[in-house]
Amino acid sequence: MNFKLKDIVPQLITVTAVVLVFGFFTYNAQINMENRGIDFGYGFLSQESSFDVQFSLIEYDGSHSYFRAYLVGLLNTILVSVIGIIIATILGVIVGVARLSPNYLINKFAAFYVEFFRNIPLLLQIFFWYFAALRALPLPQDAEAMFGVFFLTIKGLYVPAFIWQNFSVFFYSVVAAIIAIIVIRIHAKRVQENQGKQIPVFLISIGLIFILPLLSFLIGGVGLSFEVPVLKQLATTSFIYEGGVSLPPELIALTLSLSLYTATFIAECVRAGIQGVGKGQKEAAASIGLTPNQVLKLVIMPQALRIIIPPTTNQYLNLTKNSSLAAAIAYPDLVLVFAGTALMQTGKAIEIVSITMFTYLTLSISISLLMNWYNKKIAIQEK
Amino acid sequence: MFKYLKQLTSLVAMVAVLFTFTTESMAAKKSKTLKNTQKKGFVRCGVSQGLPGFSNADAAGNWTGVDVDVCRAVAAAVLGDANKVKFTPLSAKERFTALTSGEIDILSRNTTWTLSRDADIGLTFVGVNFYDGQGFMVRKSSGITSTGQFKDGISACTNIGTTTELNMRDFFNSKGIKYEPVAFEKADEVVAAYDAGRCDTYTTDKSGLAAQRTKMKNPDEHIVLPETISKEPLGPVVRQGDAVWEDIVRWSLNTMIEAEEYGITSANADMMKTSDNPAIKRLVGAEGELGAAFGLDNDWSLRIIKQVGNYGESYKRNIADTGILPDRGPNQLWTKGGILYVPPAR
Repeated sequence: MNFKLKDIVPQLITVTAVVLVFGFFTYNAQINMENRGIDFGYGFLSQESSFDVQFSLIEYDGSHSYFRAYLVGLLNTILVSVIGIIIATILGVIVGVARLSPNYLINKFAAFYVEFFRNIPLLLQIFFWYFAALRALPLPQDAEAMFGVFFLTIKGLYVPAFIWQNFSVFFYSVVAAIIAIIVIRIHAKRVQENQGKQIPVFLISIGLIFILPLLSFLIGGVGLSFEVPVLKQLATTSFIYEGGVSLPPELIALTLSLSLYTATFIAECVRAGIQGVGKGQKEAAASIGLTPNQVLKLVIMPQALRIIIPPTTNQYLNLTKNSSLAAAIAYPDLVLVFAGTALMQTGKAIEIVSITMFTYLTLSISISLLMNWYNKKIAIQEK
Repeated sequence: MFKYLKQLTSLVAMVAVLFTFTTESMAAKKSKTLKNTQKKGFVRCGVSQGLPGFSNADAAGNWTGVDVDVCRAVAAAVLGDANKVKFTPLSAKERFTALTSGEIDILSRNTTWTLSRDADIGLTFVGVNFYDGQGFMVRKSSGITSTGQFKDGISACTNIGTTTELNMRDFFNSKGIKYEPVAFEKADEVVAAYDAGRCDTYTTDKSGLAAQRTKMKNPDEHIVLPETISKEPLGPVVRQGDAVWEDIVRWSLNTMIEAEEYGITSANADMMKTSDNPAIKRLVGAEGELGAAFGLDNDWSLRIIKQVGNYGESYKRNIADTGILPDRGPNQLWTKGGILYVPPAR
């Protein structure tokens, strides 16, 4: 009896304290809002937003609701985070490996990159890319075409748009190729376990992913053409490109600065991971006759990943949260569109800030769960 | 970076106010804001982050402008010294939160008086100190001389969190023009982006355009188009729920305008005490007991006129002489063809 009480009392006190503190905050917010004549409620989400957004992945204009504006901001945040994470990972792995290179120049260059970019505040880097680097870009009418079809101007990057015929056939051929690759991998594993024979899975996979979609062009009736951006005159000295796809400079500057900054941290995670695998492991693997490629793939990487993944998860979360600095350079992310314009137009500070906080929390937890799942998958399987 | 610190502090202040007990009683006869201001010894005034002519700080940190003068007038009336003002620069996004959370007591920051702002979010507009309207600025070299020449695909730089964003949409929609809105949080960033060629046009209140033009690399390369697409009555704002404070701010502004109407200036205010006109005598505190209604002494309005000057002096000093908008336009007294008309102080 005594033992149980000792267990329960601290728990009860903690719960009561938490409830009281939150209750006190809520009560106070209520009283203060009442005194100042501010209404509380989420009804505004269905009202017409009546402001436009520069860049949106879904159809949106001011006649849509505030909720739709929220979705626009959320998708833009996710877009910049996903692109940022992909670029930062690729760059981070390359630089991390380069830091361990025996080549003096590569090694030092990678070290310089890491020290330079991770020691300058991110906001400054964003300002640099947006206001200093992009300012140097030409006006649309002065832009030189890259490969004849890309135009990098101060108003953004204009790229050709794909125009597909029978896109679904192409899509299914890619899906079929992926399924075929998975089947072959499983088969190859079984063959190796049973007969010790190795099938060149990598080469076959590459072949499949190219040949099947190619066939869809040749016999599936899939057609692809490009719509190249064309210069259009708005006024004597004012031009834009029409047609094609335009990527706003805000998106480019933000992705660039976020990736370059986060890649430095990922590079250090990768270096730590590889250096964390004992030298003996590599030597033992070599002594049983594995090729250098197999040593890396079968012995070093599985162990290095266990060290790399948890701190890299942190960097992914940081990148996602840092994307809110977008507000500084007019990229319409969640903070700018929803916690900025929408907040100002409605005055619903508590509601909007709470939704925004909850959204970032959800985003971060999703990334965290996904990475934890992956981490568990590659962790040592105790038998 | 500084801006984010600023935002953080206002957020912290907002949270702090939400989470502290207030003993505010609606029935209290004396204004709580007035009492606090007198106790602190300075007026807490929210201004812009730098808009020449309206609220702008020089290198030494001295604030000037017509919006600044409203706060100075209140300080002169309430504390006896127009310099006893603590200015807090705010972005368009932060301004209302700073006011409702109690970080500032007057918001005098070229803020447009609209129904939803007045009625919805716990604010009260006390008057208009500048009648404005939204316009467009373009590069002279573009050859555009009227908004009628705007074409599909035009990009427009502006501030977020302002009526500008909404008016812009209404305008382009009604003309059926597709446009690219590029909205920044800080005016300086809007100007920098427009100046660099990111946008074809820059849109905000015309007074703002005229003021920001002076900040451009080469002001002569830009023109403000003649069309005005909205009504923007700009004026000081106070928190809802303190009627006495609201009256003090309203009548401090009215005093400046009425003083100009009766020809009372900072130079001749003392001499006007012996005027024959009872309206003038009331304004300089030589007749009546007008200050008592606010819990102030009788010289409150005289101090405003002596220390800050009348509206015309303030306009001339801040907007006309600086070359921003030499022509007063609608911001002229009703007796001289403008629309400045305030209720009588009696």
